[in-house]
Amino acid sequence: MKTESGLRFIAWQMLTGDRPKYFGLVLAIAFSTFLMSHQMSIFVGLLDRTRSQIRDVQDASVWVMDPKTQYVDEVRALSFQDLYYVRGVEGVQWAVPLLKGVVRAKAADGTFRNSILMGVDDASLTGLPQKFLAGDWRALRNPKTVAIDRVGYEYFFGRRPYQTGQELELGPQVVRVGAVVDASPPFVNLPVIYARFSEALDMAGREPRQLSFILCKARPGVNEEDLCRRINAATGLKSLTSGAFGRDTIWYYIRNTGIPINFGITISIALLVGALVSGQTFSLFILENMKYFGALKAIGVTSARIVGMIVMQALIVLAIGYSVGISLTALFFELTKDNLDLRGFRLLPEIMLLTGGLIFAVVLVATILSVRRVVVADPAVVFRG
Amino acid sequence: MSGSDNGRVAVVCRGVEKAFGTGNTRLQVLRGVNLEAPYGELTFLLGPSGSGKTTLLSIIAGLLKQDQGGVQVLGQDLRKLRNGEAALFRLRNIGFVFQQFNLIPALTAAENTAVPLLAAGWKRKAAIGQAREFLADLGMAHRADEVPSKLSGGEQQRVAFARALIQSPKLVICDEPTSALDGPTGRRVMELLRRIALSPDRAVLVVTHDFRILEFADRVAEIRDGVIEKVTTTGGAR
Repeated sequence: MKTESGLRFIAWQMLTGDRPKYFGLVLAIAFSTFLMSHQMSIFVGLLDRTRSQIRDVQDASVWVMDPKTQYVDEVRALSFQDLYYVRGVEGVQWAVPLLKGVVRAKAADGTFRNSILMGVDDASLTGLPQKFLAGDWRALRNPKTVAIDRVGYEYFFGRRPYQTGQELELGPQVVRVGAVVDASPPFVNLPVIYARFSEALDMAGREPRQLSFILCKARPGVNEEDLCRRINAATGLKSLTSGAFGRDTIWYYIRNTGIPINFGITISIALLVGALVSGQTFSLFILENMKYFGALKAIGVTSARIVGMIVMQALIVLAIGYSVGISLTALFFELTKDNLDLRGFRLLPEIMLLTGGLIFAVVLVATILSVRRVVVADPAVVFRG
Repeated sequence: MSGSDNGRVAVVCRGVEKAFGTGNTRLQVLRGVNLEAPYGELTFLLGPSGSGKTTLLSIIAGLLKQDQGGVQVLGQDLRKLRNGEAALFRLRNIGFVFQQFNLIPALTAAENTAVPLLAAGWKRKAAIGQAREFLADLGMAHRADEVPSKLSGGEQQRVAFARALIQSPKLVICDEPTSALDGPTGRRVMELLRRIALSPDRAVLVVTHDFRILEFADRVAEIRDGVIEKVTTTGGAR
């Protein structure tokens, strides 16, 4: 019975027999895969950071804000009257204030840094992250007590183990650290400090003594989008679900900062470099083997079967190179997951798929060009020394 | 696939013409070539560079199609075959020895010899086993597992012969088999070729411009400017 295993054996030997070229091919594809998946992961992670404070509020599902608010870091204060209006809208189970401001924090040794101050509802503490690394939510019941995130803790008090009880100056106030929380990393890697709303107003110093957002929960059975429309109609305020507000924030950064353009350029360069390196290396490999493919054609191997051999070689280097490259990216994020500047960046399955698709396209184009060269090559070339 | 063997002649060319390019760049390479290569004989196609011998060889091998004239190889008009059929015809009936040997560098001598069998669908183990036996007959058993870069020029040529002959083809085409070898080695290679390739049911066509090996030919066809100028029957170095 006729079998193609013989030709597959020849193709495999041709590919792997020349170790330097074989490793060069695999490394070219691995390098391109790493470059693309790594840069895309950083880009996506960076955009995801822009909505970190929205994501950390897990109790409330609807955000109410000034009608002109575009994203979470651009705050125009609301009045307490607005809070009462929102509470009166049909379908609102509860509504609480949230203060978001920037405050200069100073440790006892004089170390200071601008920090994000989040004032959460006194009674429910809605908006406080739910993962505690030291202390717990009960500490915020005490007067002049705050919770601080990992970045802030390590900046002001040094590395782990996390402990409580240290003092911080927040504006005109001296407060005690009652808990360390695992907050999502914000876009700008500033410390995040959580205090009860009533105390945060005093800590915010010159910030307006008003609230930044109103956080709501819909009554059971009430559609959140419907509730947003109702709040908007009743109060004139902008009202968005957490998901929609997060997306708006991401899009604001995409539209109004150089991040997407710069990362787009970087990713394009990564793709281009990857395509050139992989394509060039693979084309050179085929070019150097042209006379042997020509000899096979002369001996009686059809063009279709030679194409099959080349496609097999391409798929092997693609599979191995992609696996190595994507593993390197995964390893990078695994090794850096505890680094405070890099936490939150990770390799998403979508990025693995997208990178796989892109690198497949690169190898496909290189293969098509190489195959074309072999197929259209004058078979009589083997008789020309 | 092959029809009758056209009497005792393996290759018959009648009025073969071939040109490349068009208009001002058109180059008439073959101008009505007539040639016969009988079974059981070593036919030399002798001519200088640019005389058209490589083009004629490519047409006989079914790798190029002529513009005019008829070519019968082993009784088969190759022009009537589609590409896939022509490839299969070559695989089954024609053995090739290339000028630069074209042994695949990553394959051992035995694996290189087995290439036509592997291409024909043999299982790897059986094909390489057959190739080892063939190489042993050529005194190459001890070199069967070496890659071409570890073999001398003469040894590479033997592997190339083995690859060309392993399927017992009815026609063997050799392109400048001695051009890469020194005089004594070239003579040994031609002696070997005569010994192993010639048989009553096989024709051997050798393209060369090496006058040192003419004594091994049974028949010499001299080609110049696309025309066979003279055919000499010599009897060969028997």
